[in-house]
Amino acid sequence: MVQDVELKVEGLKKYFPIKRGIKSVMKRESPRFVRAVDGISFEIRKQQIFALVGESGCGKTTTGKLIMKLIEPTEGRIFLRGQDVSHLKSKEENLRYRKMVQMIYQDPFSSINPRFRVYDVLEEPLIIHGIGNSRSEREEMIHHALELVRLTPPEEFVSRFPHMLSGGQRQRVAIARTMILNPEFVVADEPVSMLDVSIRAEILELLRRLRDELGLTYLYITHDLSTARYFSDWIGVMYLGRIVEMGEVDMVIDNPLHPYTRALLEAVPEPEPERKEIIKSLPIKGEVPSAVNIPDGCRFHPRCVYAKMGLCDTKHPEMIEFERNHYVECHLVGKI
Amino acid sequence: MLLRVTDLKTHFFTTRGVVRGVDGVSFTLEKGEVLGLAGESGCGKSTLGYSLIRLVPPPGRIVGGEIELDGLNLTSMNENTFRREVRWKRISMIFQGAMNALNPVYSIGYQMMEPFKYHTDASEDEAKERIARHLELVGLDPEIVSRYPHELSGGMKQRVMIAMALLLEPDLVIADEPTTALDVIVQAQIINLLKKLKKELGLSLIFITHDLSILAEISDKIAVMYAGKIVELGDSEIIYENPKHPYTQKLLAAIPRVHERVDKLEFIPGAPPNLANPPPGCRFHPRCPYAIKICMEKEPGKEVLDDGRVIYCHNIPR
Repeated sequence: MVQDVELKVEGLKKYFPIKRGIKSVMKRESPRFVRAVDGISFEIRKQQIFALVGESGCGKTTTGKLIMKLIEPTEGRIFLRGQDVSHLKSKEENLRYRKMVQMIYQDPFSSINPRFRVYDVLEEPLIIHGIGNSRSEREEMIHHALELVRLTPPEEFVSRFPHMLSGGQRQRVAIARTMILNPEFVVADEPVSMLDVSIRAEILELLRRLRDELGLTYLYITHDLSTARYFSDWIGVMYLGRIVEMGEVDMVIDNPLHPYTRALLEAVPEPEPERKEIIKSLPIKGEVPSAVNIPDGCRFHPRCVYAKMGLCDTKHPEMIEFERNHYVECHLVGKI
Repeated sequence: MLLRVTDLKTHFFTTRGVVRGVDGVSFTLEKGEVLGLAGESGCGKSTLGYSLIRLVPPPGRIVGGEIELDGLNLTSMNENTFRREVRWKRISMIFQGAMNALNPVYSIGYQMMEPFKYHTDASEDEAKERIARHLELVGLDPEIVSRYPHELSGGMKQRVMIAMALLLEPDLVIADEPTTALDVIVQAQIINLLKKLKKELGLSLIFITHDLSILAEISDKIAVMYAGKIVELGDSEIIYENPKHPYTQKLLAAIPRVHERVDKLEFIPGAPPNLANPPPGCRFHPRCPYAIKICMEKEPGKEVLDDGRVIYCHNIPR
């Protein structure tokens, strides 16, 4: 089973320093940090879709950027197919990694250069990576990539500018740009949240088909539990820089163990008009604290309705495997 | 009946031609009712909201139809009277992206005082008292009047916006995507708040959003818009349980559920039409799986079904 693991993350941390004024430096105050990602570990097996879910500011996008190697981790390691890629030194290593790991961005209206034709958008990665010897060879690859994302006939799309495409078509171009390098692993950061509901399923369906056809593995970053359930195999719920619950998607959503996951699930709206008379009980207090001042003990305890003082506010809970393929980080698991 | 909108048309006169943002919309709203207005981006739902409070940005203009509030004709009223007597006093609005709707350089209290200055002759003490009462109503500490927007979280700002919309006790509140930029827990808290206000104050609300899941949580009636027109309108139970218009059906089948496993979601191929040049006949026909010949030629007329719903479709799928 070991060789099955495509991506493995171990104790990953990213702290961003807060700019200090001259006063603070002169007074020798210790520097302060935003602990955006604070020690997370997970594995994604080959051809799996792993959803990282959480509210804004929980560190999910930072995790994606760390895996993309757009930023360097403060601590911890990242393995791709068993190989340590946490710190890539040479330019060649970086280039090779970038070809294997690609990203789909949230907003297809700003992730594509408005002055590039679709052809140029798709040719650029090929040029950067020195793929295709001649223009005609590259053109063939571009046509193939467009067919892959069902922008057919490709001849009709290559000469278009982004403003001549609908949101869904733009996101397809962005996906084609990702796929043209034949990556192994794709980080999809909210790929459908800017799109209309009526075409979200179409894009997710496309991503799933590409996974099957090309043998891809995805990290799906989202705030939307409903699409996470529909689209992914595993799910990790993030809160303030840590994964507090993780496991097979049906297990986590049908039997949430962590109080935070429960509150999140309770909050998700469902298209059922019978619920309109009900005022939801949201088992959560207060608001998300800043990632600069993370609470001691369990970082969720100030908002937790079950928190036991003397335990939750002093001791940090360890991640345990509560049942097979279902992990949780909570002192009170099984008791609430 | 509180509000009656008849054949309302709001067009935008751009250099590239006339864009028919809202093109013949009719509906009514009873007192204490919540009407959910749903549709994809660009379908004209926000324009409809802005038309009701007569704040359509130029080059847009209301070019036809009537809006009647409690028997008062709002379309023929002159702008000065409308501003003094109706806007905010009788119809108010919770704007999209409320985070940015507050002025960053004025305190919350100062901003909340403004409507009193322009619309009432209440004394300052009276106004302060009402501001405090309304802040409490939306679950905020009245102390925050001295704070500035950057000191508040997104959810708190949204509550301030709701309190501001309710300050002058208007007959009708229009909420344009009031929860879209919020995290899911805060969103649920705001929906809870609106439900509570509806019960306690008998709030009449038009709730505009693209998210049919949120709409189900609050609406009594649903109007589904497509390309500037309402295609289906009825009690929310009826529409959700048994949608009849092909567009409504597809839209509802496209929503993923969190509490049940859905293996296949539907989607609607293609994109909504350009409203400068909408397709002839039924505007949905190029994307409709049930389209027949007449759909391409003739605009469907209004039809009222036995369950009271209004539908515009030539070929209602059985």
